[in-house]
Amino acid sequence: MSNALLISAASAPGGNLLFFVFALAACLCAVAVVAAQTVVRMAFWLVLSLGSTAALFFLADADFVGAAQLLIYVGGTLVLLVFGVMLTASGPYLKISTSPGEIVLGSAVALLFLFVVIASISGVNWPAPAVADAGDLQTTAGNTLRPLGLSFLGTRPDLDLADGDQLSPGYLLPFEIVSVHLLVVLIGAAYLARAKRRATGT
Amino acid sequence: MSLDAYLLVGAVLFVCGVICMATKRNGIGVLMGVELVLNGANINFVAFSKYTQLGLDGQIFSLFVIVLAAAEAAVALAIALNFYNNHLTIDVDRASKLKG
Repeated sequence: MSNALLISAASAPGGNLLFFVFALAACLCAVAVVAAQTVVRMAFWLVLSLGSTAALFFLADADFVGAAQLLIYVGGTLVLLVFGVMLTASGPYLKISTSPGEIVLGSAVALLFLFVVIASISGVNWPAPAVADAGDLQTTAGNTLRPLGLSFLGTRPDLDLADGDQLSPGYLLPFEIVSVHLLVVLIGAAYLARAKRRATGT
Repeated sequence: MSLDAYLLVGAVLFVCGVICMATKRNGIGVLMGVELVLNGANINFVAFSKYTQLGLDGQIFSLFVIVLAAAEAAVALAIALNFYNNHLTIDVDRASKLKG
């Protein structure tokens, strides 16, 4: 319900206002992540930045990606990072400060790099969108759940229906590879984090 | 909104992440820079998925990026815990030896 409200707001003129609010929040919180000194505050600003990014995903008609961003990133990965902060910091406000020269050098390089990226972005004439051509089944209402699930199962009904005669491959094999990769990585991480603690315990 | 606005937000997040990776001495802070960079890339994927002919593939790749970022955070956190157990600090400038 709230997704439908957001999507309809994205096509309305008020969607621009929402986009500016969340884009500004994402950018400012990202800058605050860089500027913060203690790692707990960095984690807080990172939560706000990633949440605003999820709102931007909702505004761009990617509702499932936005929900996955909120659930996995903000709810999972950042909690993992905060646990890492808890397990490695000797106090809640551990401060490992950078020298001022490095800060000045870093911000100068950042501004130059940002200028280069923006110049290269604005210099490209991006191809025009296919205006709701292949979108008979997909993102017209921002409801991407069914096309995403079907493409992970290996079929692409949106492309097949658009082109008529060809079968386009889905993403079943990459999905399986990523699943097994995640399982292996999590087992490896658990082993890696466990073995040393046993060694220091003895 | 236009494509350039989304790309601008993605560029700002990317640059912030790179600078965060380069200047932070806390190992967890470096990890947060990596997360910012991956999010900037994700914004680009989703924006191209909406505003160009990329279609649904951009959203699928952003989902892959999210899952791989979770895996990367888990492994990097395990490495950071090992490093903390060996050196009793998380300062990456102390990591001058491979075997503590």
